[in-house]
Amino acid sequence: MKKWNLIVDVAKCTNCNCCTLANQDEHVGNTFEGYSAPMPRHQHRWIDIRSRERGSGPLMDVAYVPVMCQHCDDAPCIAAAKNGAVTKRDDGIVHIHPVKAKGQKAIADACPYGAIRWNEDLQLPQHWFFDAHLLDRGWKEPRCAQVCATGALKALKVTDDEMAEIKSREGLSELQPELATKPRVHYKNLHRYTREFVGGTIVKTVAAVTDCVADARVKLERSGTVVGEATTDAFGEFKIDGLEPDSGRYRVVIEVEGRVTKRLDVDLGKSVYLGRIDLAA
Amino acid sequence: MDRLYTLAFSALLYGIAIAMKFTAWRHPAYRERLKEQNVVGQIRVKGGTGRYYVIKNGKLSSRHGIHPNPDVVVTFKSERLGFHFFTHPSDRFGFVTAAKSFSVTLEGAQDKAIWFYGTIEGILQAGWRYGVDAGNGETRYVNMANGGPLFVYVKDDKIVRMTPIDFDDRDPQPWTIKAKGKEFTPPRRTSLAPHGQTVKSTIYSPDRILYPMKRVDFDPNGERNPQNRGVSGYERISWDEALDIVASEIKRQKTVHGNGAIACSHPSHHAWGNIGYYLSALRKFEHAVGMSEVHHNPDSWEGWYWGATHHWGGSGRVGQCETYGTVEDLLKEAEMVVFWSSNPESNSGAYGALEGTIRRQWLKEAGIKLVHIDPYYNESIQLLGGKWIAPRPTSSPALALAIAYVWITEGTYDKQYVETHTHGFDKWRDYVLGKTDGIPKSPEWQEAETSVPASDVRALAREWASKKTYLGAGAWGNGHGGACRNATGIQWARTMVCLIAMQGLGKPGVNMGNLQWGTPLDFNFYFPGYAEGGMSGDMLLGQALHQRMPQLPSINTNTQIIPRMQLPEAIMEGKAEGYLWNGMSIEAQFTKVTYPKPGFSPVHMLWKYGGSLVASMPDSNRYINMFRHPNLECLVSQNIWMHGDTKFADIILPACTNFERYDISEWAGLGGYAHHGEQQLNHRVITFQHKCIEPLGESKSDFWIFQKICERLDLAIYFTEGTNELGWVKRQFEGSDLPKHISWKEFVRKGYFVVPTEKEEKRAPLSWNWFYEGRKKDVPEPMPLPSDYSQGYLNGLQTQTGKIEFECESLKRFDPNSEERPPIAKYTRPAEFPNGKGFEDYPLQLISPHPRFSFHTQMDGKDSFLNDIPDHRVLVDGYYYWVMRIHPDDAKVRGIRDNDLVRLYNERGSVICAAKVTQRMLKGVVHSYASSGVYDPVGEPGKSADRGGCVNLLSSKKSQISKGHSMGASCCLIQVERWKVGEIAEPVEQEESEQRVAIA
Repeated sequence: MKKWNLIVDVAKCTNCNCCTLANQDEHVGNTFEGYSAPMPRHQHRWIDIRSRERGSGPLMDVAYVPVMCQHCDDAPCIAAAKNGAVTKRDDGIVHIHPVKAKGQKAIADACPYGAIRWNEDLQLPQHWFFDAHLLDRGWKEPRCAQVCATGALKALKVTDDEMAEIKSREGLSELQPELATKPRVHYKNLHRYTREFVGGTIVKTVAAVTDCVADARVKLERSGTVVGEATTDAFGEFKIDGLEPDSGRYRVVIEVEGRVTKRLDVDLGKSVYLGRIDLAA
Repeated sequence: MDRLYTLAFSALLYGIAIAMKFTAWRHPAYRERLKEQNVVGQIRVKGGTGRYYVIKNGKLSSRHGIHPNPDVVVTFKSERLGFHFFTHPSDRFGFVTAAKSFSVTLEGAQDKAIWFYGTIEGILQAGWRYGVDAGNGETRYVNMANGGPLFVYVKDDKIVRMTPIDFDDRDPQPWTIKAKGKEFTPPRRTSLAPHGQTVKSTIYSPDRILYPMKRVDFDPNGERNPQNRGVSGYERISWDEALDIVASEIKRQKTVHGNGAIACSHPSHHAWGNIGYYLSALRKFEHAVGMSEVHHNPDSWEGWYWGATHHWGGSGRVGQCETYGTVEDLLKEAEMVVFWSSNPESNSGAYGALEGTIRRQWLKEAGIKLVHIDPYYNESIQLLGGKWIAPRPTSSPALALAIAYVWITEGTYDKQYVETHTHGFDKWRDYVLGKTDGIPKSPEWQEAETSVPASDVRALAREWASKKTYLGAGAWGNGHGGACRNATGIQWARTMVCLIAMQGLGKPGVNMGNLQWGTPLDFNFYFPGYAEGGMSGDMLLGQALHQRMPQLPSINTNTQIIPRMQLPEAIMEGKAEGYLWNGMSIEAQFTKVTYPKPGFSPVHMLWKYGGSLVASMPDSNRYINMFRHPNLECLVSQNIWMHGDTKFADIILPACTNFERYDISEWAGLGGYAHHGEQQLNHRVITFQHKCIEPLGESKSDFWIFQKICERLDLAIYFTEGTNELGWVKRQFEGSDLPKHISWKEFVRKGYFVVPTEKEEKRAPLSWNWFYEGRKKDVPEPMPLPSDYSQGYLNGLQTQTGKIEFECESLKRFDPNSEERPPIAKYTRPAEFPNGKGFEDYPLQLISPHPRFSFHTQMDGKDSFLNDIPDHRVLVDGYYYWVMRIHPDDAKVRGIRDNDLVRLYNERGSVICAAKVTQRMLKGVVHSYASSGVYDPVGEPGKSADRGGCVNLLSSKKSQISKGHSMGASCCLIQVERWKVGEIAEPVEQEESEQRVAIA
């Protein structure tokens, strides 16, 4: 049985918002009988884009994470719904019925991802339902994936076994694995949102002239064990990523031409740019 | 023979009557049309006989002979001409020739004449079928926006959805570039910019103007109360009343004040479509009426036009350079790209949707290193990664000089190329080294100007010299937007040319670009760009088009022009001065423009067509004060939305969007100064722009509005050439290469055509490579013009020496001692700079680049979906505020937190925005996009803070150079403070809102 999945690649999302705009285009002012009631014109973003800045200038990055209904196989909203107002379709899509769900705010409240919106006017919980009304008419993908120019959003209809293989091959993760809801939306490069980095710029001042130091080896140690390594680029910059937030003390060891020239201690909370590290100093 | 034609013509006229009856029987819409007017139409031969057609209450009868009192008369000089005319409807050349020599005339009441002629033409149009059945009761139409082509699904005259175009099986396969052992092919679909995906919400917008309106205290025959513009409200009037008022006023202005009294101001992008465009229908209207031109400055290209062109020519591209073949060369050969004030992910290259975004994904796969130079950690850095270098705004020329300094002192530039391909290097070298002014432009020297560490500059210079490097300057990579629009924009663009010249521009892997332009498409397939003038009849615009689509020429006898940046001074003080934007030659820009032109009337009536001057012009409170000035006796706004400065007009004429009328266009088909603009795209897509829905309310197409005014001035037959919009669309189709590939009927049904992919061996050659290798110019662009070569046609560049000139001979001829624009590129601090004048009171540099989500003022405001993008506008207490960005340190000392309302101000004005505190800013720099679509003063217009977000209220009107007409408005000094509703000047009335959303 092939079922729908959505892969979100955080590294490819540039916050153009075309996905969320396409979703508004599809649902504001439109009723799709049996599928959905109209979406409010504003402030409903069924597809929301969360963002996070890490580090500081000049060494920083910004991640954008589109978040929408995760179409969980173990969906809390289904459990919270009365009279079968929320159903799991055979193709994996979670669907909130626009008539049966009326008045059931509990459905919206049940979503641990905050992905179900409460339509105050219609007294209706609403969500991104994978544009099932279009898929049922033969469309090949939902609107958000069609309009995504970078391929940050990709819809896949595969068996659960095939999806498990893709997940492990591409290193996909869940938005919030601790919730254990078996979501059908899978994230790639989520570390840019959930993990931390240590970075810096290595320079050396000789006779009052400062230059960047390229090809320096930078090791990140924790309790004497190397947990990350990087080589500085032409601008003397290094960045060691994938660290746990608030993970405490690390030691940065800088080697130039095989010799350790500098050691620095870092107490890691959030991602940190250590600034310009002058080997001559 | 003549006898034969007499018989044939007579039979043909009878046949027309039969055809009309048949069409009415077959097509209900045509049947309805016949009920619109009662007309007696006569078709005849001069001095001979003919046939007349009586259309009454929807019924047609016709008789051989001459009617004693016809409403409309079509007269042919001979039977032969008449016969040819109706049997060869596609012979536009014959038609225009006959009309120009008065061998065929159309006379009578203007409206009836056009209607009668259109009814005959309608026989051919009645059978055309538009759109494709999409199931579910929906019809799939096609249209185009500034943000890309769209499938438009319509049900019961309502737009259901708008999507990108997925190509079908019969559309061509795309191109492939083989580079670095990989193959790169774009997807078989079109992309959309955010403002393209948001169009539906602006069609169905509460800000649509649905009826003609008159300001309540504007009496055209009595008190006009100009001082109340922007304050007094409006009353709905009928179209007839509105058209009568404006037509009478046009006559009055010309009679009372004389030639020159009426001026027209338009933006660059009111809508999309080659017929209903500002350079098309509006241009013909301006010419027909005789309007003074509000002359644009080269707004998105300032530094390139006034600066770069003197070094490398390229006047026909506004001082930018050719870009052919650069996508392929960059991917194959380049090892690094330097994005310098180049943020193509922000404004989508203008018109290019996200096509370049798709290609720039390949940079990583191709292992190409990236450097970004911008005081803002911009959207392109965010997506693409690479080294971020953040100079202070307006200081980039100093950084560029220091790079040259490193190359010169370390001997790492292409000395051979500089020797053989350039001119005047020694003079510039001596300046860079400090031999002429005692200041070596070293990396350490620049640090004080830019705040960029000297070590970064040395590292960049060394990387650049050791790698085959593309320079992407501005959003297009060869110019456009970015730093060329600030006070040192000319200096910056000039130094960009000098740097790339030092590394051997045109060598494989060394060129201008950032993958935004230069795709390998078929550029020999002809379809006119919008700048070719459509139906304007403008001979200069339509040089290429007119031979393909003959039309009556139009010439404006009113040759008075007003420099746009000084329009307020022109109106209020009666004087203005500037220099021409004209790409004909390098020297054209040296022509001074003076207003008023000797013997012409000063302007007393302003026709505003779309757009918003207050959003996009520098120091724009001036424009508000101008709108309210008594010298302006009448202000007309022809607009789709009540936005920006529409609300200052006396009469408002509601235009519909291009989704409510017919048109035709190519995606990113610009022509003119952006020749082959489709080089931004992965596919050339030409669309028949369907009339997807009926115009909302009483709004009308621009063409209709012009026609109806022209009817009152007896100009309508000239304006329309007797044909309707659809007829003009078909003429444009026939003038292009489309008919060789697709029938008209199929085109109007399917709605789009994808130009077949160019074969690899026929692709356009690489730009500049001919110059590098010493060949004749071989890229497919018609500029420079033949007389602009000093070394013989196609040999060398447009410059005096035919080489890249470090020392510009054109500037030496014009003004050799200019300190603002000396013959070599130098760095001079602008007036508004840290530690400069005014810095104590206004210690922050505000940069205001082209917006990311909206397109100029388009799609912003209007209750559009863009309101919901938190990086565009933020909802605070029921109001959507424009976003400004500020560094955490600058925010902290001012007590500003995320989403706080703040006042941005200086001595020129105040703007209220919502703050976004972000590490993405260089400290000391504030960022807020230019061109908000909302102007909403909290007190008296022109004198109080604006909470709509028009940050151009704060920018300086100072031209970058005094002998120019060039904005330097994208950076100015300001102060920022927290703001609470009601704190400024006059109290603000809070809008009632049901959605009071708490902002964390």
